[in-house]
Amino acid sequence: MTTVSLTVNGRAVTAAIDPRTLLVQFLRENLRLTGTHVGCDTSQCGACVVHLDGKAVKSCTTLAVAVDGSSVTTIEGLASGDALHPMQEAFREHHGLQCGFCTPGMIMSAVDMVNRRGHHLDEKTIREDLDGNICRCTGYHNIVKAIAAGAEAMGRAGAPLRQAAE
Amino acid sequence: MSATGIGAAVRRKEDHRFITGQGRYTDDINRPGQVHAYFLRSPHAHAIIKAIDTEAAAGMPGVIGIFTGADLAADKIGGLICGWMIHNKDGTPMRAGPHPALAQGKVRYVGDHVAVVVAETLAEAKDAAEAIAVDYEELPAVVDTGTAAGAKTVIHDEAPDNTVFNWHLGDREAVEKAFRAASHVTKLDLVNNRLVPNAMEPRAAVGDYDAGEGVFTLYTTSQNPHVARLVLSAFIGIAPENKLRVIAPDVGGGFGSKIFIYAEETVCVWAAKKVGRPVKWTADRTEAFLSDAHGRDHVTHAELATDAEGRILGMRVKTTANLGAYLSTFSSSVPTYLYAPLLSGQYDIPAIYCEVDAVYTNTAPVDAYRGAGRPEATFVVERLIEVTARQLGKDPARFRMQNYIRRFPHQTPVIMMYDTGNYGASLKKALEMIDYKGLGKRKRDSARAGKLRGIGFSSYIEACGIAPSAAVGSLGAGVGLWESAEVRVNPIGTVEVLTGSHSHGQGHETTFAQLVSDRLGISIDNVSIIHGDTDKVQMGMGTYGSRSGAVGMSAIFKALDKVIAKGKKVAAHVLEADEADIDFADGHFAVKGTDRKLDFGSCALQAYVAHKFNGQELEPGLKEGAFYDPTNFTFPAGVHICEVEIDPQTGVTRIERWAAVDDFGNVINPMIVEGQVHGGIAQGVGQALLEGARYNADGQLVTASFMDYTMPRADDLPSFDVGMTVTPCPSNPLGIKGCGEAGAIASPPAVINAITDALGHEEIAMPATPQAVWRAARKSMNRMAAE
Repeated sequence: MTTVSLTVNGRAVTAAIDPRTLLVQFLRENLRLTGTHVGCDTSQCGACVVHLDGKAVKSCTTLAVAVDGSSVTTIEGLASGDALHPMQEAFREHHGLQCGFCTPGMIMSAVDMVNRRGHHLDEKTIREDLDGNICRCTGYHNIVKAIAAGAEAMGRAGAPLRQAAE
Repeated sequence: MSATGIGAAVRRKEDHRFITGQGRYTDDINRPGQVHAYFLRSPHAHAIIKAIDTEAAAGMPGVIGIFTGADLAADKIGGLICGWMIHNKDGTPMRAGPHPALAQGKVRYVGDHVAVVVAETLAEAKDAAEAIAVDYEELPAVVDTGTAAGAKTVIHDEAPDNTVFNWHLGDREAVEKAFRAASHVTKLDLVNNRLVPNAMEPRAAVGDYDAGEGVFTLYTTSQNPHVARLVLSAFIGIAPENKLRVIAPDVGGGFGSKIFIYAEETVCVWAAKKVGRPVKWTADRTEAFLSDAHGRDHVTHAELATDAEGRILGMRVKTTANLGAYLSTFSSSVPTYLYAPLLSGQYDIPAIYCEVDAVYTNTAPVDAYRGAGRPEATFVVERLIEVTARQLGKDPARFRMQNYIRRFPHQTPVIMMYDTGNYGASLKKALEMIDYKGLGKRKRDSARAGKLRGIGFSSYIEACGIAPSAAVGSLGAGVGLWESAEVRVNPIGTVEVLTGSHSHGQGHETTFAQLVSDRLGISIDNVSIIHGDTDKVQMGMGTYGSRSGAVGMSAIFKALDKVIAKGKKVAAHVLEADEADIDFADGHFAVKGTDRKLDFGSCALQAYVAHKFNGQELEPGLKEGAFYDPTNFTFPAGVHICEVEIDPQTGVTRIERWAAVDDFGNVINPMIVEGQVHGGIAQGVGQALLEGARYNADGQLVTASFMDYTMPRADDLPSFDVGMTVTPCPSNPLGIKGCGEAGAIASPPAVINAITDALGHEEIAMPATPQAVWRAARKSMNRMAAE
């Protein structure tokens, strides 16, 4: 067993874990943060995307011990209390989800996209930048609309490009 | 129309939990004392199991139990079933081999279940599985759909020529006559490529056993938990229905693949009692590729006969359908009654004859995948129509218009009685949306840029609802395909609706609540939709075949009728009026011609306090149920037009425009319906351009991860232009036809028709990958150069 210490959604966490524990397993099984999903185990689908020190990573291929001391934000840590993050709100408003399984990863990737590429995202940029996330339900049509609107809303909200929790 | 009633684009009630990470999928469920199952799967496509040695594995750390097919047999646990009986041309029943949950003496595909290890952790279970020694005697594998029937190797003794059935539909003599009279015959050989459904949530199961009560609970990724309970109880023999609770919580997409009852959930729920601990299993993605039921996989020869004026005279179709190594739950219905009855498409075709040979192969079982038989039929029809128009030198839109069915009801020569539709209206609208008139200029512009531009049409029809029950029963279904609903009104007028439909992305919690809000005149926030738990909902048939609107909501509609009727009785007592004088509108019971009225919530309270009426004459309470069985299938139909541009230098096909016009009958929530269309198109485009499950000659699945099997991603697709026409469905009270599968049914031929239009020849197969298109484009260029 190895000891790992992380800050998850602003909360300090220390645990003794099997060294082969993946970050996603640590989040889902040790912390019961089940909003982060495993869709493919091979870094292809993006259902497991979380923010690690403010940047999107695929937690299904990240060892928990490798990120000891880091700060992690998951979908559960994105809203501020009862106030949804503008990107969460945009996914609901634009019907950017159906079964909801890819949605946490989509939203975390979308927020990261805005952090990297700004508040004004055209369709081509969004589609190309979203190539690490797979959705089987929506055909992406409404996800693209949601991300464009969410990016604008993040700008209007004056949200800092990095989230507070990070 | 109210802001939350029928027809409003209400934002989804279920979204809050999904966008905040609070969804509760099966893998999110953890029971106290839970242990983990890992399935040892066959590495061989076809082999005899001579011995299984579990001794070393049993002593590994954390191992609680290791079980094989012999243990299931010892407990008299039955095999998995196929619930649809098909008869051969000669009237004999189909030839089906047994389908044990854990292999009995033989494995028949890579991924077949050999043993299960139950251990404290998943890692320990996997480690122990590696220590199980299985002595296999390898047999030759039968993989190819087209040649399986003639293979020397036999997969099931029950089917000596690897043929499950030779089935047919239609009038062979009438078709022969039509072809003799024809002035033109179009002939096509078509392959409908094998697909892996790939819902983003992998299948999972948690089995639990309460020794005190003797009750099993199974949490499972199911589109139809009641059907799962029925099969697990009545056929597999886990426990009687009253001792088996099946819960399908949030389910992350199904597309058909989660209809079926699989080995893994069967074993998990059985093993929970065996080891005395809850047992959990979650597929990894490669397990999903190996063991989820696949879709499509048809090889077809099709011919269409036309007269000198271009009228269709007849169609004949010969299909070989690959059903894989075992018959999955509804597999036999897909290439038969969900396929051949759709071969008339939207066209007036006097004579149709279809033969289907279904074969076993050493591949994963094949069953319903979004559209299930209807995409395969539409691909045959729309490729034939398109190629015929080209061969006759006719405009493909005009040729379709010429042959559309115009009068309804219309009896096709292949079972179906189309009730209503207006196919020409959809085509006209789609032509405007895609700017068909401007196509010539766009083609010239593309040519100047060194690109090839093409347009492809698809006029699809589907048969949804998969009911009436008596009709499907006469065709071989082992179940009835009605739906149930129960409306429970609480004393202050809030409402719970229990439905046998199951939502796994379709948004039932919103659309079903819209119906209730609309009819009872209450806030949508006061309506909760409950589904997916056999302890709460008494019985239901689940969600597939685009049936939840047309059938599931109609059941709710009927139950609401009863609630309103009972409410009128209560209101009559409270308002001291005759029941016949009570009207219900806008959420109020009112005495005709007076201002005396009672709002719905007050009426509910009066029903429960029961102070104003004699409890012997009128029962207290306000709760009503209904079972609804439709009078016909529903027939959604529409036109999709795809415009592509091909770069002949790279073979890359870009979809430049997509116009979809669908007639789904009445629409409850256009936002959700459009979302269903988008998703369906994406899956169909995936089939046409990207996706294909490939087994090598040894029966190894060489496309078993997202690194090998190309899923459509955001930059593979355009935004879609979606429009609608409406002819209300006459066979259910809401006029709904269903929308869940249309996109996946319509789109593959639209794409391939567009590509072949651009290429100028028909020699392209699905998936039309850049490599395949590049080769085909070179052929076009060489021909043009030669001319």
